[in-house]
Amino acid sequence: MSQASLAGLDAVGEEADVACSHCGLPVPRPLLEAGASTQFCCDGCRTVYSVIFGAGLERYYAERREAGSEQKRVRSSDKTYAELDDRAFLATYCRARGSGLLEVELYLENLHCPACVWLVEKLGKVVPGVVAATVDIGRSTVTVAWPPDKLQLSEIARGLATLGYPPHPRQSADTAELRRIEDRALLARMAVAGAVFGNVMLLALALYAGAFQGMDSDYQSFFRWASLVVVTPSVAWSAGAFYRGAWSAVRTRTPHMDLPISIGILAGFAWGTVNVLRGRGEIYFDSVAAVVFLLLVGRWLQRRQQHQAKNAADLLYSFAPSSARLLSDDGTAREVPIETVVEGSLLEVRAGETVPADGVVVEGSSTLDASLLSGESRPIEIVEGARLHAGTLNVAARIVMRAEKTGQATRVGRLLRSVEEASTRRAPIALAADRAAGRFVLGSLTLALLTLLGWWHFDSERALENAIALLVVTCPCALGLATPLAVSASIGKAARRGILIKGGDALERLATPSLIVFDKTGTLTEGRLELSSWQGDEALKPWVAAVEARSAHPIALAFGRALGACDVEVCDYVQTPGGGVEACIDGQRVVVGSVAFAKARTELPPQLEAAAREAAARGETPVLVGVDGRARALATFHDPVRADARASLLRLQALGHRLAILSGDQPEVVQAVREKLDLTFEFALGGSAPEEKLAVVERETERGPVVMVGDGVNDAAALARASVGIAVHGGAEASLAAADVFTTRPGVSPVLELFVGGSRTLGVIRRNMLLSLAYNLVCATLAVAGAIAPWIAAILMPISSLTVVMSSYRAKTFPEIS
Amino acid sequence: MSALFIVLPLALLLVSGSVFAFLWAARRGQFDDLDTPAVRALHDDD
Repeated sequence: MSQASLAGLDAVGEEADVACSHCGLPVPRPLLEAGASTQFCCDGCRTVYSVIFGAGLERYYAERREAGSEQKRVRSSDKTYAELDDRAFLATYCRARGSGLLEVELYLENLHCPACVWLVEKLGKVVPGVVAATVDIGRSTVTVAWPPDKLQLSEIARGLATLGYPPHPRQSADTAELRRIEDRALLARMAVAGAVFGNVMLLALALYAGAFQGMDSDYQSFFRWASLVVVTPSVAWSAGAFYRGAWSAVRTRTPHMDLPISIGILAGFAWGTVNVLRGRGEIYFDSVAAVVFLLLVGRWLQRRQQHQAKNAADLLYSFAPSSARLLSDDGTAREVPIETVVEGSLLEVRAGETVPADGVVVEGSSTLDASLLSGESRPIEIVEGARLHAGTLNVAARIVMRAEKTGQATRVGRLLRSVEEASTRRAPIALAADRAAGRFVLGSLTLALLTLLGWWHFDSERALENAIALLVVTCPCALGLATPLAVSASIGKAARRGILIKGGDALERLATPSLIVFDKTGTLTEGRLELSSWQGDEALKPWVAAVEARSAHPIALAFGRALGACDVEVCDYVQTPGGGVEACIDGQRVVVGSVAFAKARTELPPQLEAAAREAAARGETPVLVGVDGRARALATFHDPVRADARASLLRLQALGHRLAILSGDQPEVVQAVREKLDLTFEFALGGSAPEEKLAVVERETERGPVVMVGDGVNDAAALARASVGIAVHGGAEASLAAADVFTTRPGVSPVLELFVGGSRTLGVIRRNMLLSLAYNLVCATLAVAGAIAPWIAAILMPISSLTVVMSSYRAKTFPEIS
Repeated sequence: MSALFIVLPLALLLVSGSVFAFLWAARRGQFDDLDTPAVRALHDDD
């Protein structure tokens, strides 16, 4: 819900017709400039627009239209990023890149589409001196190279922020580098195995042709020796990972797919080598090379999926505030790294900035958006003496606060740590392929032994030959590809439907019936206020509209959406934070505000006051309207349930899932949503702190799989702890990092699609396994009977793999659900 | 046909040449990011 509420607080009137020239969102009425060719919804967008045009980069807008993507509203902030120029920071995060250049990798928010890539890579035109900017869109990072003697990193960071991509330093650069090196090594092994596979196949073709049509024994033995030479790098080096896996399977006595693979490869290679040396008998080099290459392809696909999950987890800490504005005794503020802030420091927090530490307000009053932390959808009014937490957003005005806790000790710091702990504690589930592997290992080894013993009485050499043939042809090649292919194909299809899945195992977990826990705000509801009822004088509506058009408060915007514009002249306009607004129209005093605010200024009839109390008890927000000292109307607001929620939830129930609501919002509000949805819920709890959410999810996971659907930082720990965490559209970046799945479309229907897709993917995996087992069964039968020729195996093996590929990519796992 | 005894090793030499070229490219990070170049290729530049 965070984004929705931020948008609300930023100043939107959604029915306005004019779109912002930068972000394309509607421009609120008070900001419209008559006759101007460009219109902006906020200062942030205006700045970005002028920077982009100033640098001659206006093609960005054309690129974006082509990509069909939307830009997020730019939040203006005057963060200086001075902490990035710190010596210690540069030493930890930056690498030298030769010719006196430094290089750093930064994580960027809002980096989503081809147009973003284009714009960010033109960074040198916006910040002169930047030598190179290279985007990695999969990991949302940019690698920037710059001359440190001419340019400071903070200037680059400010440049990125003005373009609408606030940068964050990547916290675990070392592990990312290590992972990259491992990736390259696997790719190299795969490349060698691929080259070997192709060339051994060519040699084998010549040998098979020779076997049918006759071939000089000189040539034959030359080709056999050549095959041995070519296949050796693949068996000796590329397949190394399988041997290691097999060895650890033997040591820990847990059957693993690597065991039959290694036995098959090594037995085929050894027996083939013996046959090359003695100049007769079959060689299995073509089958062996195929096994190694195809299985490495499967490994590589799997590894790419896992990496996306790990990269996202690394980002978690990047979102904690990294700098603060420290006030010195003479009243001047300077930006310092958050680490230097100690207990008792006085900090300035300007409008639009994130509160950097836990503490108390000592000067000023403002409105706070705590939705990231608490899930509370209503803005909180703060005055002197109020407590506030790091990570919340200061919306309205400048305040000064005294820091009490910083860094890891703050509430958001503890929360992020619990996210990390929760994700490591999650019990691993036995994947379908691993379960099948156990039986498979036992089966193929027993069968090979039986073949050996059975044939021994007739012909000892045939016995060995047939047993080896069995081990080679039953090598679980297609079986090893069955899961990674099905999962990666599904992940690709889901991405095209706006559902980003970070790990393959999440998809498999979604297939079992589970308890689905929804965070209410922004997930089941729209996450913005809407006028739900009006009691009293209808004639007052235009006046209220005229008064409220002057304000950017969420309630004022909701009035604007419901009542439309009005051209009545308004004078003496006064806004009281936390109370309401008052103004003069036609010489009459109009007051619009909370019950307490209206009571202090007008005479409040008891039936209106009772109605207001009743509305509050129903979970709605009452607003009173008074004219000339007498309250005459009551408007109530609520956060409407999403249009697609009920239908999607019903379908989920029909799939065998149980539902529950776990919200940080007030219990009355949660109750109201529950009644409106009118469905069976396991539980519907309101007022849950992040720690309680984690506890509830923890308790429920002991009874069965739990899927958590949420969006705020307050859900992050629960998202990470749940069997599967789903972050929905517009969520906080930290919750995206903690979740396994992220939907880029709003509403509950993507969640439904995800569940349907998950169970269909499991269906595809099962089908793949059946196909490959059927192939193995045919081959095994032939081998036991001593009737398999190596060329049959060499043809069947790639065909079985191809069947699995087709079955994975042709499956309709993520179709549109109407 | 006896040309095979020379041509085959030559072909294998060529293969190992291209394998080493690939390994060199992989070590230099050419295949680290497979998503961005796909979207980058569409921008014909100035």
